[in-house]
Amino acid sequence: MGAVLVVLEQRDGMLKRVSLEALAAGRVVADAEGSEVHALLMGPPGVSTEALGRHGADKVLAAATPDLALYQPDAFATIAANQVSTGNYDIIVLGATAMGRDLAPRIAAKLGAPLAPDVTSLTANDELVVTRPVYSGKAVFTLRVVKRPCVISVRPNVFSPTDAAKPGAVEGISADGVVAARATTVKVKEPEKAVLDVAEASIVVSGGRGLKGPENFHLIEELAEVLGGAPGASRAVVDAGWRPHSEQVGQTGKTVSPSLYVAVGISGAIQHLAGMRTSKVIVAINKDKDAPIFKLADYGIVGDLFEIVPRLIAELQKIRGN
Amino acid sequence: MKIAVCVKRVPDTESRIKIAGDGKSIDEAGVKFVLNPYDEFAVEAALQLKEQHGGEVVVVALGTDASQETVRTALAMGADRGVLLKSNASSLDSLGAARLLAAELEAGEYDLLLFGKLAIDDYNHAVGPMVATLLNLPCVSSIAHLEISGASGTAEREIEGGVEVVEFSLPAVLTTDKGLNEPRYPALRGIMMAKKKPLEVKEVTVEPGGLEIIELSVPAERTGGRIVGEGPDAVPALIEALRNEAKVI
Repeated sequence: MGAVLVVLEQRDGMLKRVSLEALAAGRVVADAEGSEVHALLMGPPGVSTEALGRHGADKVLAAATPDLALYQPDAFATIAANQVSTGNYDIIVLGATAMGRDLAPRIAAKLGAPLAPDVTSLTANDELVVTRPVYSGKAVFTLRVVKRPCVISVRPNVFSPTDAAKPGAVEGISADGVVAARATTVKVKEPEKAVLDVAEASIVVSGGRGLKGPENFHLIEELAEVLGGAPGASRAVVDAGWRPHSEQVGQTGKTVSPSLYVAVGISGAIQHLAGMRTSKVIVAINKDKDAPIFKLADYGIVGDLFEIVPRLIAELQKIRGN
Repeated sequence: MKIAVCVKRVPDTESRIKIAGDGKSIDEAGVKFVLNPYDEFAVEAALQLKEQHGGEVVVVALGTDASQETVRTALAMGADRGVLLKSNASSLDSLGAARLLAAELEAGEYDLLLFGKLAIDDYNHAVGPMVATLLNLPCVSSIAHLEISGASGTAEREIEGGVEVVEFSLPAVLTTDKGLNEPRYPALRGIMMAKKKPLEVKEVTVEPGGLEIIELSVPAERTGGRIVGEGPDAVPALIEALRNEAKVI
C-alpha cells in the first residue's frame, strides 16, 4: 500500500490546528493499511515542525522558501502533485479550509484522482469509506474510495489530533521547477483586531433578526469574547447588511461543527439549521417557544434576549474572574 | 471580452431533502430547483464585465434535460446564448464534470471562465479549480472582489480571519462568492427574450468516478434537548448545564 501524504497549512509561520486534525485522519488510514504518514509543509523557512511527530507524522517533507510564505496556488499544487507522482502515495489529506478547498481540486485534477471534500468521518479496514455532508448537512453521503490515489479534505473541528508519537524527522524537498505563476497572492489583508473565524472556532455565538438591528450585535460579540469563541450570523442579518458574509452560518454561508453553538434571536430557518446541526452542543435563546431552533437545541431559554444575554455575559465574566 | 459562465441546477435552499427509494439519491418529487445561488454571482459578474467592455456571455450547464430551464434563467438575466451538455445521469464526480466542461470550453477562446465557488447540492468547491488545472489556466477561487484591467486582474478572496489579494493574467478561471455583487432579477422583458436566445444541446456521457456511493442518508435527529427555563433567571441553570453536564465551558 502507498503512504498517506498530509498537506499542512501554516499562517504567519504557525501551523494551523486543522493540519494536526488532517494528520489524525491520515493516521487512521496508514495504521489500517500498514503504511506511513508523511506531512508536507510548504511555507517560509522556520516553521516549527516539532509538533508533527508528536501528532503522528512518520516523516516531514519541507519545501521551505520565502516565496511560499503566502498560499501560492500554482506552486503549492505543483509541489504536492510532484511529491505524489515521485513518491508512492495512495491518499492525500488536506484540511477543508479556504486554502484546502482551493488546493485539493487542483491536486486531484493534476493527478486524475477522485476528490472527497469536507469529510466528517473515515474508516479504513478492508476498504476506505468516508462520509461527507451534502445539501449543507441536510443529507450525508457514505462513499467507498475505489480508485487511488484519492484526495480527501477533512472538515475543521471534526477529527481530534492524535497523540500517537512517530519519528517525524524533517527532510527538505525541492521547491524548484515550479512554473512561473500566472496567479500570485500578493498579500493578506488582516483586520486590525484579529478575529477568530466562525468556521474554525470551537465555540460560535450567532445572532439573528431577533437582535433588531446592527447596533445590538455588541451583545453577540461580547458573549463570543467571554466564551472565547467567534461571532456568527444568520442569512437574514447578512442579507440586511448588518453583518459581513464571512460570519454567515448556513447553506449559502459556512457550515460549522463547533463544540458549542449558541443561537441568539435565530428562529432556525432550514438553511441555517443545515449549517450548524453538526455542532456538538447547541444552545438556543429565543422569545418564541415554538421556534424551530428549539427542536435542534440541547438547551434552550425562552425569553427576551436583551435581558438574557447581558445576564449570561455577566455570569460568565464572574466565572472567568475567579 | 468573451466570457463563459458555468451553471448548475440545484434544489432550492428551502428544500426539505428526502431520500429516494434507491437509498443513494434524493427524492426529487416536490423539490423546487433553482440556478445555484453562487452561480448567480458569476452570471452577474459576467454581465457587468460585458456592460463595461463589450463582448459575449455564454452560459454552459452540465446536467439532465431539465437544466435547460436553469440555462434560460441565466439567459433571462442577460446572457447571450447557452450550451447544455446533456447527460442522462448526474454524477457526484467533480473531476468527471470538470473534464466534460473543460472539453467544451477549451476551444472557445474565452477571456474568462466563471463558476460559482460551490454548488449547494454536492458542496464540492471543486469544478472551477479543476477546469483551470485541466486547461492550464490561472485560477482564483471564492472571490468577493474583482478588478479587470486590460489583460490582467486583481481579485480578493476571503480566508480565515483575513482576505487574500491575488493578481492574475487573462485568460483565467474565477469562482465567485457572496459579496462580489448583487445579482439582478430577470425582468419580464428578459424572460421573454430568453425564450428566443440560442440554446445548443450536446449529448455527453457521465463516466463513473473514483468514489462509489454506499448510501445517502438523512442525519439522525437530535434528541434529548430541553428548555432550561424562561427569561434571565434561567441563566444560572444554563451555565450549570454547560459546565457540568455538557462540559463545554
